[in-house]
Amino acid sequence: MSEVQGFLDRLSERAATRGAEPTWIAARRQAGAARFEALGFPDRKVEAWKYTDVRGIARGDFALAESAEFSPASAAALTLPIAAHRLTFVDGLFAPALSDLGELPAGVSVEPLSQALAANHEAVGGALGRLAGVDFSPFTALNTAFAEEGAVIRLAPGAVVERPIVLQFLSSARSAPVMSHPRVLVEAGARSQATLIEHQVGEEGAANFSNLVSELLLERGAILTHYKLQELPQGDHHIASLHVDQARDSRFTSFNLNLGGALARNDIVTDLNGQGAEANFFGLFFGQGRQVLDTHTLANHNAPLTFSNENYKGILDDRARGIFNGKVIVKRDSQKIEAHQNNANLLLSDRAEIDTKPELEIYADDVKCSHGATTGQLDQEAIFALRARGIDEATARGLLTLAFAGEVMERVAIDAVAERVELAVAGKLPERFNLAGLVEAAVALHEE
Amino acid sequence: MLEVKDLHVTVEGKHILKGLNLTVAAGQVHAIMGPNGAGKSTLSAVIAGKEGYEVTQGSITFDGQDVLEMEIEERARAGLLLGFQYPVEIPGVKNIYLLKAALNAKREAEGLGEIPAPEFMKLIKEKIAFMKMDASFLQRAVNEGFSGGEKKRNEILQMLVLQPKLALLDEIDSGLDIDAMKVVADGVNSLRAADRAILMVTHYQRLLDHITPDVVHVLVDGRIVKSGDAELAKELEARGYDWVLEESAA
Repeated sequence: MSEVQGFLDRLSERAATRGAEPTWIAARRQAGAARFEALGFPDRKVEAWKYTDVRGIARGDFALAESAEFSPASAAALTLPIAAHRLTFVDGLFAPALSDLGELPAGVSVEPLSQALAANHEAVGGALGRLAGVDFSPFTALNTAFAEEGAVIRLAPGAVVERPIVLQFLSSARSAPVMSHPRVLVEAGARSQATLIEHQVGEEGAANFSNLVSELLLERGAILTHYKLQELPQGDHHIASLHVDQARDSRFTSFNLNLGGALARNDIVTDLNGQGAEANFFGLFFGQGRQVLDTHTLANHNAPLTFSNENYKGILDDRARGIFNGKVIVKRDSQKIEAHQNNANLLLSDRAEIDTKPELEIYADDVKCSHGATTGQLDQEAIFALRARGIDEATARGLLTLAFAGEVMERVAIDAVAERVELAVAGKLPERFNLAGLVEAAVALHEE
Repeated sequence: MLEVKDLHVTVEGKHILKGLNLTVAAGQVHAIMGPNGAGKSTLSAVIAGKEGYEVTQGSITFDGQDVLEMEIEERARAGLLLGFQYPVEIPGVKNIYLLKAALNAKREAEGLGEIPAPEFMKLIKEKIAFMKMDASFLQRAVNEGFSGGEKKRNEILQMLVLQPKLALLDEIDSGLDIDAMKVVADGVNSLRAADRAILMVTHYQRLLDHITPDVVHVLVDGRIVKSGDAELAKELEARGYDWVLEESAA
């Protein structure tokens, strides 16, 4: 297929200009390329991609960026205003000038993938591809074939990072679109604790393709909170898969906040491999225009006494399309597990569409599982009740939409992240009514 | 202040109001009573602008403005507020957001700026104390999980904060125990003023023991068939509606 060939050609071009690499990387690139070539881009006949049209990517002519250029002023405006250990990538390339790791606690290392490879490629070799195999999807294969940059994060046993680690992926407006294939590797040692934020954002007018693969290993008792804040410009295409391996008593919490892009597909897979392991998946997607926002999650309960909990909210306006597929697989002998899934969707327009499918596959008999999906519109009675108090219709709809997202948003512990989402969901609503100040005042009153 | 002339309203093709006339002047408290199905709730719904009610004839004017030409929110901002019979639950929208958004919308319409936060909190604090409500209520979602009495108190609280010119109260007494009734009635009575009017729709005389109306109307089959003073309500309580029907048929 010529669409696939275009990407393979880019790969050959890159191989010709790239310096010598360790044999293992070359072998993996080859395996990735071969798998990608064999699978091709998924079409609607592939169940996992049934509702997601990737022709915008397949037919695109994406080069690899050769330089990371981004005006510091516009980068500053896009950056989350929080104290953090931050690595920034522009169109996939590491941007040292826009990065600031600050002082990392002992036992914690955060490095760009390129540097980690240069320093000790064998250690990276053990992690790259351990959780995300080239068979997972054509895009994972493609990422493996191209992966050169990204981040390697290691937490020694017991290490606690108080500030979030932010990986900021900036997409720039260019005359010709580019693609990037970042790879993120996290090894969280026993009882370590950290918050990782993957932030995709860019300049208006950008129309690039980013294809991210992240592999997160949580050792015994590790606690990792992962935020994905995707607010790419409307011309961007974004594919990401997040692969998590959880040992005994580890806790993984994911906030998957998808707001931007023409197409954004997220796969999140966790393997609950040890007793007491817990995974929480929270998500919010808000689509407008003709956006397509697709989330597939999978929790594999591979051990007894493991727990998963999922709550996703979808809001779709105009002709946007949302896809949610949440799957839980409980292996034989994985007794006394608990798995709960919920997906609620709000359609703000008649032409918006949601395809939601919670799935349970249970091969054990002593389990506690639930799942549910609902789709509805804004409550007309509530709109009337607000208007009958003098609130204009747009504000009433904004307040109610924000309220719909509230159940997920109130769990978001990082205010700067919550504010970005609130602004996207309700326009300038929170600012206009100074809701934040109001809440503080009300709390003060209550405490008096 | 409010003038309803020859009002005919149909709901899903059914003729409910059939030439209703009503005049409410500033400073007055009016009560509209009547049997079930007479059209009491239809009247308040039409005045507030609820969808699904078709006015086929007649007019409603408020301070000289054509109410039927006004958007729902414009009516509220002009000072025409409906207290709901069944206040709707709005999960996720905190009471304090509603109060502030509504008050600022009204102020904007009046050409005033946004209310400063300290002034707003002082006002709210005073009003919730008057309604014997706990401050924690401000952080709760509008009416969510509220008891019947709490919902009605909340309606009156909104009135106290928004200070309407005409408070339209649709069966504000339904579902209230005697203590809640007293708090609600105190709230309504505190709204009485020379430049304000109150129009209550009620099924029972009970409410009128606490809020004495200046004028009582009997609404039967889509029309006001009899009007009188507070004594009329007592007579209705004692004798029912049949005699009014007979009298008006005669």
